[in-house]
Amino acid sequence: MSAIGELSPYLVLILAGYLPNEIWRVLGLVLARGLNEDSEIVIWSRAVATAILAGVIAKLILFSSGALANIPLSVRVGAAVCGFLVFLLLKRSVFAGVLVGEAVLLLGGYLFVH
Amino acid sequence: MRLTWRYVTKRAMSNPSTFTSSAHAFYAGVRSALTSVFFLVLMGTYIGMGALAHDFGLSPWWFALSTLLVWAAPAQVILVTAVGAGATLFEAALAVTLSGIRLFPMVVALLPLLRGEGTRLRDLLLPTHFTSVSMWVESLRLLPAVPRERRIAFCNGLSVGYMGTAATFGFVGFYLAAGLPPLFAGTLLFLTPMSFLISTARNARMLVDRVALVLGLVLGTLLTYFQVELDLMWTGVVGGTLAYVVHRLREAVA
Repeated sequence: MSAIGELSPYLVLILAGYLPNEIWRVLGLVLARGLNEDSEIVIWSRAVATAILAGVIAKLILFSSGALANIPLSVRVGAAVCGFLVFLLLKRSVFAGVLVGEAVLLLGGYLFVH
Repeated sequence: MRLTWRYVTKRAMSNPSTFTSSAHAFYAGVRSALTSVFFLVLMGTYIGMGALAHDFGLSPWWFALSTLLVWAAPAQVILVTAVGAGATLFEAALAVTLSGIRLFPMVVALLPLLRGEGTRLRDLLLPTHFTSVSMWVESLRLLPAVPRERRIAFCNGLSVGYMGTAATFGFVGFYLAAGLPPLFAGTLLFLTPMSFLISTARNARMLVDRVALVLGLVLGTLLTYFQVELDLMWTGVVGGTLAYVVHRLREAVA
């Protein structure tokens, strides 16, 4: 297994991004015969996709890199929690939740630096 | 938001039955993409992801190409972080393909709406590639009002509108992250996990989805902390399957 860094990023895009993702669309086109939204395999695959995405979210918040890593872990987690709570409290508004999370992060980051 | 959406839809879709040509239907599709609520969603998401691509040392053209070819925000985030963190090709491909399974039933549900008399397989290639959450939700909502022979053109227009929006704001995010002071760049980078966390929670209609979200957050953290190999694959398969088992047990009890 070769580390990604040794390959051309465009080759990686095709091999690890385009093909493994596109295969499911093509399968849908080829096998498109009666599979409803509530069939068990669909529910399971959605759960797997959700868990993976949640794993990526956790990594981005808790094990940040670059500019976000300069903001302390406690501020990042606090901002995510505040944003999520506002989302729950304000009629499940994605916009309000993201806005508050960002505001808390900015304020916390600013206070930490100064 | 809902009011504007309805108003906008009404305007963009004024008399869809009068589309005189495929070009007209295509144009109406583009217009309805640029005036839908998903325009804002894609804008925010791709600004954040463009910033992420910058942070992981990728080129803005690489990221734009990933938008055109992969065209699935979660898969793109996985790919960007995997490339940046130096994962193996196999590990990245595995995580991407697990996140992409959900596209399969979406295509299956969409195609019957597009197929008509004399529709050739090659006419369906573009809509198949364009299938993603934003386009899918809007297509299922809007297509029934469009005459069958104009649906593919409308759907392609809608998708081109969304993809163009995403690609454009990917560049915006990339260059904002490159030019802003660290604190603001950090805030841009936070946009991806924050918006994905909340929109995933919002889309989690069933208990199984909510359990999968929580398990994914916990497992993703633990496996990364203990530097377990193939962490994302295990997070998905174990977290998703456990959530599914909880769902089955609950159904058995009920």
